[in-house]
Amino acid sequence: MMPVEKSSEPRFVRDRLQGRSERIVKSWESLLLLVAVVIFLVNVWSSPYFLDPWNLSDATFNFTEKGLIAFALALVIISGEIDLSVASILALASTLMGLAMTHGAGVPELVLIGLGTGLVCGAINGLLVSRLGLPSIVVTIGTMSLFRGISYIILGDKAFTGYPADFAWFGQGYVFWVFSVELVLFVLVAVFFAVLLHMTSFGRMIYAIGNNPVAAQFSGVRVERVKFILFLLSGLMSGLAAVCLTSRLGSTRPSIATGWELEAVTMAVLGGINILGGSGRIGGVVLAALIMGMVTFGFGLLNVPGIVMSIFVGLLLILVIAIPKVLNRLAPAKKRG
Amino acid sequence: MMALFKLREVQLVAVIIAMIGLIAIRFPSFVEPSSLGNVFNDTSILIILALGQMVVILTKCVDLSTAATLALCGMVAAMLNNLYPDLPVALLLLAAILTGALAGAVNGLLVWKLDIPPIVVTLGTMTIYRGIIFLISDGKWINAHEMTDGFKALPRASLLGVPVLSLAAIIVIVIMAIALKRLATGRAFFAVGGNPHAAVYTGIDVGKTRFIAFVISGTLSGLAGYLWIARYAVAYVDIALGFELDVVAACVIGGVSIAGGIGSVAGAVLGSLFLGTIKNALPVINISPFWQLAISGSVIILAVAFNARAERRKGRVILKKAEVAA
Amino acid sequence: MTSMTSSDIKADTGKVPESGPAIRLSGISKSFPGVRALNGVNLSLYPGSVTALVGENGAGKSTLVKILTGIYQPDEGEIRCDGAPVRFATTMDAARLGVTAIHQETVLFDELTVAENIFLGHQPKNRFGLIDWSRMNADARAILERIGARIDPEMRLRDLGIANRHLVAISRALSVNARVVIMDEPTAALSHKEIGELYELVFKLKAEGKAILFISHKFDEIFRIADRYTVFRDGEMVGEGLLADVSQNDLVRLMVGRDVGQVFPKVPAEIGGTVLTVSGYSHPTEFEDIGFDLKRGEILGFYGLIGAGRSEVMQALFGITRPSKGAIRIDNELAVIRSPAEAVARGIVYVPEDRGRQGAVTAMPIFANVTLPSLSRTSRHGFVRMAEEFALAREYTARLDLRAAALDQEVGTLSGGNQQKVVIAKWLATKPKVIILDEPTKGIDIGSKAAVHAFMSELAGQGLSVIMVSSEIPEIMGMSDRVIVMREGRIAGTFAREGLTPEMLVRAAAGIGETP
Repeated sequence: MMPVEKSSEPRFVRDRLQGRSERIVKSWESLLLLVAVVIFLVNVWSSPYFLDPWNLSDATFNFTEKGLIAFALALVIISGEIDLSVASILALASTLMGLAMTHGAGVPELVLIGLGTGLVCGAINGLLVSRLGLPSIVVTIGTMSLFRGISYIILGDKAFTGYPADFAWFGQGYVFWVFSVELVLFVLVAVFFAVLLHMTSFGRMIYAIGNNPVAAQFSGVRVERVKFILFLLSGLMSGLAAVCLTSRLGSTRPSIATGWELEAVTMAVLGGINILGGSGRIGGVVLAALIMGMVTFGFGLLNVPGIVMSIFVGLLLILVIAIPKVLNRLAPAKKRG
Repeated sequence: MMALFKLREVQLVAVIIAMIGLIAIRFPSFVEPSSLGNVFNDTSILIILALGQMVVILTKCVDLSTAATLALCGMVAAMLNNLYPDLPVALLLLAAILTGALAGAVNGLLVWKLDIPPIVVTLGTMTIYRGIIFLISDGKWINAHEMTDGFKALPRASLLGVPVLSLAAIIVIVIMAIALKRLATGRAFFAVGGNPHAAVYTGIDVGKTRFIAFVISGTLSGLAGYLWIARYAVAYVDIALGFELDVVAACVIGGVSIAGGIGSVAGAVLGSLFLGTIKNALPVINISPFWQLAISGSVIILAVAFNARAERRKGRVILKKAEVAA
Repeated sequence: MTSMTSSDIKADTGKVPESGPAIRLSGISKSFPGVRALNGVNLSLYPGSVTALVGENGAGKSTLVKILTGIYQPDEGEIRCDGAPVRFATTMDAARLGVTAIHQETVLFDELTVAENIFLGHQPKNRFGLIDWSRMNADARAILERIGARIDPEMRLRDLGIANRHLVAISRALSVNARVVIMDEPTAALSHKEIGELYELVFKLKAEGKAILFISHKFDEIFRIADRYTVFRDGEMVGEGLLADVSQNDLVRLMVGRDVGQVFPKVPAEIGGTVLTVSGYSHPTEFEDIGFDLKRGEILGFYGLIGAGRSEVMQALFGITRPSKGAIRIDNELAVIRSPAEAVARGIVYVPEDRGRQGAVTAMPIFANVTLPSLSRTSRHGFVRMAEEFALAREYTARLDLRAAALDQEVGTLSGGNQQKVVIAKWLATKPKVIILDEPTKGIDIGSKAAVHAFMSELAGQGLSVIMVSSEIPEIMGMSDRVIVMREGRIAGTFAREGLTPEMLVRAAAGIGETP
């Protein structure tokens, strides 16, 4: 410690500019909450079946597995990288679980294989990105083909079915009343990632890297290591989602979860995660998952085909980024005029 | 000093020839001229798309909507053909190309005017364009018997012994080679991707240049859309699903840097041919086509690792002796 | 402010009055968030005349150049070209009116050829509108020969060294038919011989009737080649006129606004034992055989021209790049530093020159920047404790007398000087042994500058060892106990504080008196 003798009293800078309430009101999450409430009300108004607790419980399956992936992906995106291989990791994990099942593996082995495959795939992505310094968008486009490709080599046009009855618990079981195992997992994982991102020094480093990887490195942050861990987490969550989805469907085809990477990215971006890195919060992703889940469910009740839903998701993705930009541009123009 | 650029292409040619040679030892029929011609013909659409994608990647962007645009344009041409069988094929081709240009312009405008990251824009439009196909076609297929013979015949026809499909690819290659080398806008693509900041200083409009790149990519997807639908004589929502990844892969294998500013027409063409050769060789050497996805994935990863090594900056050259050596 | 469209500009370029300035800026003001860069400045450039723009770093010279080239638009003020009001809304507008600049940093394209770098944006075309490569290469060769550069126009730029890149940048400026040429520290990275050739070039351009704006920190060269002067201080114009009417001292007084002695309050510190020893430090392309030692309480200055390899040595010491040979000893113990994290753990910290890119995470709040390298101290079991974060940030920002509204304010909204204080506070919070400051006062206002100098002196007084890289001779001479001069990646001389003259530094840095 080196005390400094200053002739005058040191002038301390005050801690915060805005109060907590002001920060909350102005946040992206508040806007999302509003949207979620509106969609909820529209659903209630348009379908008498919507408010049934079991219907609502069924609706959660529309987002729980994708949400698991989106939370980890959100951290990857905040750090300025991207992981497009998540759905393929899921497919490979599911395929290897199926393969193990045909060799007589029990439930614990299946879960371990699912999670383990996720970790190994994540480690491969992480090594390629952080150790070799390759651009993650190309690396994960490559591993996206590779991982799903291995599933195709193993399965071809066949499918694994006949998982053990106990295995169904993960995707079809309920912990309490209408609260499914998947929903509870979703909440636990959301809390885990929210704590990791917002309350730990590791989370702080993720933001620093996403905002300015060079300055973060120049500040002594071990950028490579943080990125590696993030890809590892992303792989692990894809493995967990594979356990859930395989259990829920009771079968594995190599085309399982095709296109989920886009839905997970959309979920993260809609949740306020900056696609260029550096900002975003887990709470937003939770709300985005709820919104997308409710919209899918609502459209389903109205018999709207799935592809129209995907147009909606695509438009949503562009609009949530475009609208604030357009408003920003209009705001000063109004003042002048 | 230009050797590095050329080196990549020489290496690719060598790898492709070695690959063909190895196959020829066991299966001599693969190297017959007609068979090799088939490889090129089968790869024509990939080549056309890869050249469009390359221009976009050169400007430090990416277009993930190419396959969806292709499917949309193909459907537009097929539906027009189905509804108005008397329209000349040239007009249908034009309709496909214009639809593609429009789709590319939408991407480009969102990137240029609203400054939305290109990956987000094209992820979004990729699902939107496919959705539009569903809306206009009502989810129905247009099958061979619903298309006129003239519509289907063009890509299979041949001129002076060269199939029209291959001819289209050759024409696109020549035009792109000239445009990229000898048009100011062509050079601007390299400048914008290589150093966007400096490009502003030289008076290049970065946003507008990117817009043009997206329009080119869309236009070529439109052309490819007609060729694809007419060749396979079927149109539906999921045509060419996931093909955008093959297109990006062809570029990466061809030495186009995803970071922008580096790439060549020859590279993109060779990258496409590399993938095309594998695709055509698998059935010949009795490997299940299910291997293809994993093989392209591995090749993408190897190629990008390879690119990164070639591009790695040496750092500033301060020492006099180092400058001489460089 | 007048608003003119580009068609108006075109209409006016035809008439060229005999006398009067080619371009005249009056009452130009420009503000950025937190800093007023220019405040009602005037500047006139005359055909066939060289005007020197003089001012300290941060006086507003670069901002003015950016306004002149159409990159920034002024908030207030008027630009007149040959008497007619014009507006430079884009870089193309400026180029169309014949204003061209050779920039301080060579912003060019690595992957394109030399000829393309020279002609990008205005390539010669054939009658089909296609680029005429053979003519472009020939024209490029002619321009390069005209300035005496022996560079093959078909080479790619990435294969060129710094000096040659600079010559390409100059060639680019000459390739447009310019009426106004802006040279922003054109000799900073050049060797003695190359500088001579550049002067010849300036005289040639002057004879051709071009109006030249010459920005330089070197007074001898200003008096040698310029006819007029304009002095900026803290964003204001404080004097202009003919150089024949003033002395070097007059200019310095205008520029600094006070005696040099006041600026550098170096208090003598007790110099202790050796803390850091560097020996035989080499890198394949950047530096060779660097050896020195640093003592407790010492301020060691590193002087040299831009691109002499000083920052590169420092970044290797900090673990950013890996040297190929050589050793570091800290407190007489061999140290291997492979990453900044390891350097910080060993007590070596680095305040980089490029604050916005390397120094601070500008989009993050002040407190998060300050605690970033000290997160292990402000957290328990990995969980951040906000109270301790704010306590640490409050303590160290107060020590540096940081002026900010609140600690959760984003660093990017602060002025350059206050951003620098955040970066320094961040490092002091890690309690380092050696602090390396790379151009610590570049681009910051006079007030903050004095604060940084005072603080540096204070730190040395408390036993910290300081390495200061600076290109400003007054700063080097005012602050350093010892000065090492680097040239072309090697140590060109080491000088003690006593008996040190500016001339000794300049000669060593430029290699004068040696055979090239």
